Amino acid sequence: MTTEQRIGQVANYVDERTGAAAWMKKNLQKVFPDHWSFLLGEVALYSFVILLLSGTYLTFWFDPSAREVIYEGSYAPLEGVQMSAAYASTLHISFEVRGGLLMRQIHHWAALIFMAAIVAHLMRVFFTGAFRKPREGNWIIGIGLLTLGIVEGFLGYSLPDDLLSGTGIRIAEAIIQAIPVVGSYLSYFAFGGAFPGEAFIPRIYIVHVLLLPGAFLALITAHLMMVWYQKHTQFPGPGRTEKNVVGYPLMPVYMAKAGGFFFIVFGVTAFISAVASINPIWLYGPYTPGQITAGSQPDWYMGWLDGLVRMAPPLETYFFGYTISWNILIPGLIVPGILFTGMALYPFIESWITGDKREHHLLDRPRNAPNRTALGAMSITFMLVALINGGNDLIATHFDLSINQIMWATRIGIIVLPPLAFVITKRLCLSLQRADRELVLHGRETGRLLRLPHGEFVEVHEPISPEKAYLLTSHEQAPPLALPEVDGRGVKRAGALRNKLRSRMSVAHSEAVPKVSTDDLKEIEHH
Amino acid sequence: MSNEIEAIKDPGLPAHVHRKADHDPVAAKRAERQVAILFGISSVGTVLLIASFFIPEDIFIFVPVMGSQNAHQLGLGLGMAISLFFIGMGAIHWAKTLMPDQEVIAYRHELRSEDVDRKEFVVAVKDGVEASGIGRRSLIKRSLGAALGLSALSPILLLRDLGPLPGNDLKETSWKAGTYLVTDPGDRRIRASDLEVGSVAQVLPESDDPEHRKLNDIAKDAVLLIRLRPEEFNLDAERLSWTHEGIIAFSKICSHMGCAVALYEQQTKHLLCPCHQSTFDVTRAAKVIFGPAARPLPQLNISVDGEGFLVARTPFSEPVGPSFWGRISS
Ligand code: HEM
Ligand code: FES
Repeated sequence: MTTEQRIGQVANYVDERTGAAAWMKKNLQKVFPDHWSFLLGEVALYSFVILLLSGTYLTFWFDPSAREVIYEGSYAPLEGVQMSAAYASTLHISFEVRGGLLMRQIHHWAALIFMAAIVAHLMRVFFTGAFRKPREGNWIIGIGLLTLGIVEGFLGYSLPDDLLSGTGIRIAEAIIQAIPVVGSYLSYFAFGGAFPGEAFIPRIYIVHVLLLPGAFLALITAHLMMVWYQKHTQFPGPGRTEKNVVGYPLMPVYMAKAGGFFFIVFGVTAFISAVASINPIWLYGPYTPGQITAGSQPDWYMGWLDGLVRMAPPLETYFFGYTISWNILIPGLIVPGILFTGMALYPFIESWITGDKREHHLLDRPRNAPNRTALGAMSITFMLVALINGGNDLIATHFDLSINQIMWATRIGIIVLPPLAFVITKRLCLSLQRADRELVLHGRETGRLLRLPHGEFVEVHEPISPEKAYLLTSHEQAPPLALPEVDGRGVKRAGALRNKLRSRMSVAHSEAVPKVSTDDLKEIEHH
Repeated sequence: MSNEIEAIKDPGLPAHVHRKADHDPVAAKRAERQVAILFGISSVGTVLLIASFFIPEDIFIFVPVMGSQNAHQLGLGLGMAISLFFIGMGAIHWAKTLMPDQEVIAYRHELRSEDVDRKEFVVAVKDGVEASGIGRRSLIKRSLGAALGLSALSPILLLRDLGPLPGNDLKETSWKAGTYLVTDPGDRRIRASDLEVGSVAQVLPESDDPEHRKLNDIAKDAVLLIRLRPEEFNLDAERLSWTHEGIIAFSKICSHMGCAVALYEQQTKHLLCPCHQSTFDVTRAAKVIFGPAARPLPQLNISVDGEGFLVARTPFSEPVGPSFWGRISS
């Protein structure tokens, strides 16, 4: 029997029971556009698969229990020390299970790569405007995945119950406890009583290995189904329109590349885990609330939160005998709440400002959306300043600065630098637009000098290709919304203030260097 | 509106450029061999992994840059990395050199349904709602709403036993009037003379069962003793009376978020919390001089018994640890 016949038989068997052949035929030829930045989401997906595999491996030995045991394993420095079963079993995985340490490190490195890939993917989607209609839902799912990822990672590194992770849990407990009115109740419910208690590790374990992975699977499935159904966005360029998708068919090229890429991500993660140690919990010792390791650092995706908490002013208010800890609530709940809500709503905010309710499948070049790009740069700057302050103790010892200096620099920086980043980025985008315009009008500088008959030197400009000229001019330049504050009869319209705000933002949003038209080119030719 | 000016025309997809392997059988054969070599390297990686599994765990080898490395761990990791990475490389090289590289075009269809379908959908929903009668029968609507709302209470109720209510738990520690201060670790009573000027010690309340201290207790009971020269204090009369011969006792649990305030700077007489760098001035009753903490560390009132052992004169006068809503209410 030839291969073809065999495939035919299987297909026949399945199709007669499901009618899937027509659907499969269409979808095996599904076209995927190619661009390096489209790989970022894939890295996140593959690291998630790696996390599932390595995490399941760890569950075979990890004992999620706060039960006190005396250590009798092979790591001599901790011989005879009292510790929780969770910590002891993590030591066991690290020192006695062959391949256990490698798997622990793969799991932890994969978690860091997972979060980094999600953030990078999110930036790609943001800066190219891929979140616009009809993809707002997928943007929100993405923000959900980012948020859950932060929680999942935090719970994960809390599990081994070492001195570092216990300190992290202590801080999480303090944040819960600071919630007005119900904080101490919530904390007692979460911990099954006072901190640290014995209930928390088993509880977060089931959240870490079942509840959240389940939520991830559901959200990722929905995310990918939407990508599939709505088809991938593509970058602008000759031959690419809002109405088509240019790329490679799923079978075989995209399958081979994506499948191969999974192995590459896994291989690179294994390589890093083979050569770079991470979270050496045996050096920290078991958790006890009376001690702490110097230079306590959370994983990087929590670092910005830690940095915000560190720079918060020492503010508490007391009224009628009740306490509100602004120093915890503002950096720990309010600011992150605003940031993440704002991020989730951004597609709707932008479409409200521009009044644009159309579908978009062609991506923006970031320079052609200066306002959005500047907003992104501003948010990143905010996060970076916070993150830097999260490592202020390390920076202080490394660069011989005092912590006070860094703290004050970041306290001021977090207010001053983001707006500055906004202004600079916006200008940069506009000058890049200007450069594009010059390029289309006058061509590329060749560096060759030409001597004119009367002795003057001029640089030879070479016209750019029609493809390039099209790429640099194919974007849309929408005028700002015209929202009159008064109606036809000179009466102030309802919601005048809102309209004014919207108009202002719309004007800022549509600021641009006019792109080159054919008329411009003709005019040049005449000269 | 924006496109009133005439835009530059789309020249269309650039012409496809063929690769060498597309028309040259020799190049194609070479590419095939390259792919096979990549897959072969992967298999070598797996062999390395299997071999490393049997390397005893106590063998260390020197690797330039990385220093001394455990051969077993390194071999396992590198073997796995090689075996996976080169499967990926092989697959991608295969796709790039031998699979069709001509970009194809697919067309998008507007996601929006046809107008007829949309209208009929609205009608279908309306008909369904009408057929159920939920709009007309307000008694059903209201009672259903109430029932659903009420049923949502049951999970809240059923989760009640997740933990006890805090009660006064957060406000109390094991320190009572007359509790001896004991060393941690060691659980020995302390004389003032055991502590030199300028030194620090961590102490706990004396316990009947020091072998089995609960972490829950340590989380509230941990105390730091610091000894200065008495004239170095800058305290009001009451707080000064809480010290003994220059020995002052503070809760070690940070008033910010509860980390252990573990760093003492002898020269400045500052206590520093490594979590968020709140800094407390020991000479001024642990007043916050830097960082996010809003309150001083609670001070423990100490004295000595007849034999000169340090002892708490009263419990803490305020709750220790991070703030909470009802912290100072009675
Ligand atoms: C997005 C998904 C996940 C993230 C971000 C994540 C993150 C982490 C992190 C950072 C650790 C600490 C590792 C260490 O240094 O010891 C950890 C531990 C652990 N994770 Fe995950 N994880 C994820 C999914 C899973 C899944 C799906 C499972 C199991 C089915 C799992 C099982 C475990 C176990 C048993 C531990 C404790 C063992 C140990 O720490 O050695 N994880 N996780
Ligand atoms: S817990 Fe001590 S400074 Fe935050």
